[in-house]
Amino acid sequence: MPRVVVNVMPKPEILDPQGKAVTGALGRLGFPGMSVRQGKRFEIEVDGDVTPEKLAEIEQAAEQLLANTVIESFEVVTD
Amino acid sequence: MPRIGVVTFPGSLDDHDALRAVELSGAEAVPLWHGSDSVDGVDAIILPGGFSYGDYLRCGAIARFSPVMDTVISAANKGMPVLGICNGFQLLCEAHLLDGAMIRNADQHFICRDERLRVETVDTVWTCDFRAGDEITIVLKNGEGNYQADPETLKRLEASDQVVFRYLDNPNGSARDIAGITNARGNVVGLMPHPEHSVEALTSPSLDGKPFFSSVLNFLSARV
Repeated sequence: MPRVVVNVMPKPEILDPQGKAVTGALGRLGFPGMSVRQGKRFEIEVDGDVTPEKLAEIEQAAEQLLANTVIESFEVVTD
Repeated sequence: MPRIGVVTFPGSLDDHDALRAVELSGAEAVPLWHGSDSVDGVDAIILPGGFSYGDYLRCGAIARFSPVMDTVISAANKGMPVLGICNGFQLLCEAHLLDGAMIRNADQHFICRDERLRVETVDTVWTCDFRAGDEITIVLKNGEGNYQADPETLKRLEASDQVVFRYLDNPNGSARDIAGITNARGNVVGLMPHPEHSVEALTSPSLDGKPFFSSVLNFLSARV
């Protein structure tokens, strides 16, 4: 089944406490010099072909539900 | 007698405390159900605290699309008093009835403590019984109470007197110490701390939650 991926990330200007905690843990584990921001990945399996209309629909779904565009940005990627 | 509804979502925790606080204030408490698009003709609505839909996706994100919310949104837009407490505040932000959003507490901890707040505006239907500048103590308990909005929104909220409560000791990294805000009309208020837990001496650090309920009752009686 064809798959479309939606990646959601906290906007750069928004503090990311989870990413910050992960960054700290990496440093303690001996992985210095890495700065992490944590987001979400949604894998969406679609019936039929991934048409431009389907992608537009997924874009709309991401805007409405998958991301909160007040604090997050998203991208739609065909896998 | 004014009728105040409290919506129960799957995962709501504080709906019964909110119903009880309404009763103690002298209004009729009306349980409402997320799966119904009816609000049973109530005069005001409370969206309670808890973890609706397990906080999946984002706090309040899925509850925002439950059938009752369409009715709540249209009633709020017509001026009905709506109070969102904790998860209810998150839900009001997800529904875009209030600006901004909540993210994880800055230090990652779930925080449960008595919280000191300053009442910044009494020009809302839920705070008209306070005096501006009042310092109150009510219970706070959340993991994602860190209020954020873009700088223009924050500026606009402050300029139009829509910041309703500020933390005296900001516990979670909230922008500009904001603990609660209102919409432009002043009928929709959201805050992270829990006034419904602070209405009885036996179980609360203060009775500072009571004026929330007397405020809305004053407003409703003045309106008739």
